[in-house]
Amino acid sequence: MILAKTGNEALAYAMKQINPDVVAAYPITPSTEIVQIFAGYVNDGLVDSEFVAVESEHSAMAACIGAAACGCRTMTATASQGLALMHEMLFIAGGLRLPIVMPIASRSLSSPLNIHGDHSDSLASRDSGWMQFFCETVQEGYDTLIQAVKIAEKASLPAIVAVDGFILSHCLERIESFEDKKVRDWLGKWKPNWDLLDIKHPILVGPATMQDYYFEFKRSQIEGMNRALPIVEEVQADFAKQFGRGYGVIEEYKTEDAEAVVLLMGSACGTMREAVDALRKQGKKVGMVKLRVYRPLPHPILKQALARFKTVAIMDRADAVNSYGGPLFTEVTSLLYDLPQRPKALAYVYGLGGKEFTPEDGIGVLEQALAGKKDALVTYVGVR
Amino acid sequence: MTKLKSWKELPCGAIIDDPKAVLENKTGAWRSQRPVWNKDRCIHCLTCWIYCPDAAIIVKDGKNQGINYDYCKGCGICASVCPKKVQAITMEQERK
Repeated sequence: MILAKTGNEALAYAMKQINPDVVAAYPITPSTEIVQIFAGYVNDGLVDSEFVAVESEHSAMAACIGAAACGCRTMTATASQGLALMHEMLFIAGGLRLPIVMPIASRSLSSPLNIHGDHSDSLASRDSGWMQFFCETVQEGYDTLIQAVKIAEKASLPAIVAVDGFILSHCLERIESFEDKKVRDWLGKWKPNWDLLDIKHPILVGPATMQDYYFEFKRSQIEGMNRALPIVEEVQADFAKQFGRGYGVIEEYKTEDAEAVVLLMGSACGTMREAVDALRKQGKKVGMVKLRVYRPLPHPILKQALARFKTVAIMDRADAVNSYGGPLFTEVTSLLYDLPQRPKALAYVYGLGGKEFTPEDGIGVLEQALAGKKDALVTYVGVR
Repeated sequence: MTKLKSWKELPCGAIIDDPKAVLENKTGAWRSQRPVWNKDRCIHCLTCWIYCPDAAIIVKDGKNQGINYDYCKGCGICASVCPKKVQAITMEQERK
């Protein structure tokens, strides 16, 4: 069915079709509507979910952890300060390997207070052991949220599905949705490995470990993330087979003969397509690599894809204050370091706090990348 | 001492599905003070048993049998709730 939906509406609609057992949430701009609309579905009896209204995002994630430990398919939604308030609970969900799925409407972090979109919130949660998917369009957000449930359950890892705050969360787009039943059948019933409430088989969740075991458990968790990449690919392929829409962990745009490319995530990829098209019309060999999956970081795929270009401009919609480039830049350049022939890498930070990023800005970045020259360690796009 | 497991042998998410595992973990090892129970002064009111946060007071047939030092962490609650006139439990410095 073809629908007109904003990002938030589409994510809430996907949640309705997923029909999770438990949703515990506290609303925050710009993700408020996801929970608000979903609460309406609960009220109207369209889902079987238990909705837990909590008093903070910290409690929301705590309640989700409890529910997921009891074997429930569990979801929440948040953004920005809300995600930051969940921070310590994110690590617990990650360490317990609970497949909680959380759409977020990415937003900047205070201070100064700003409600608009950038990737500061999710990238600040980078090391918490959650998978992170970044979406370019509302359609992709809808599709990815459904996929994320299956990926999380197969990989025993929690997952964040990020759409850019306001740019996608409040932007009306045409989306192709699936029937409720098809989504529910594809996901199937969640069969957890264990259940905290199974009194016949008592378990202990969340033990303390000392120097003798903590590192070993972290090592095993890291391996869980390492092994998630093939699961992501497998579920995406299965989704494509079932619903006819496929995504790679990365997507290349007009890169066949490109000399310079831009690597970036989220809604700005749409803008960048315009920029690439404009320069291609002038015969310039430029392209774009879109990264959809930030965790698990697709090391071999990215390495192979980027190795063949002369220059890669890596664009972050978040800054790592005083680092050499944003989080994506530092990670991707480390990944390229041991290549015998490395592409030149240029660092860009753009669009913080919802600062407009236009095709003209994209053209500027691409032209610099093509020239292979930079005038500063990090170029801040569009700052006065 | 059992051999420590490698990371490859650990359960996903550190879930302990063996209910006996906790019994093997003797938590009384890091006590700085220990309660000492005086059998002759004890009136078996079992207030210490009720208040002990770790079930370290051994009770059999409604009678106090002493203290299980494998799990006692030396918090001193038992000594402080023991009736003033009785004083059957006193805290002493732990010596190893």
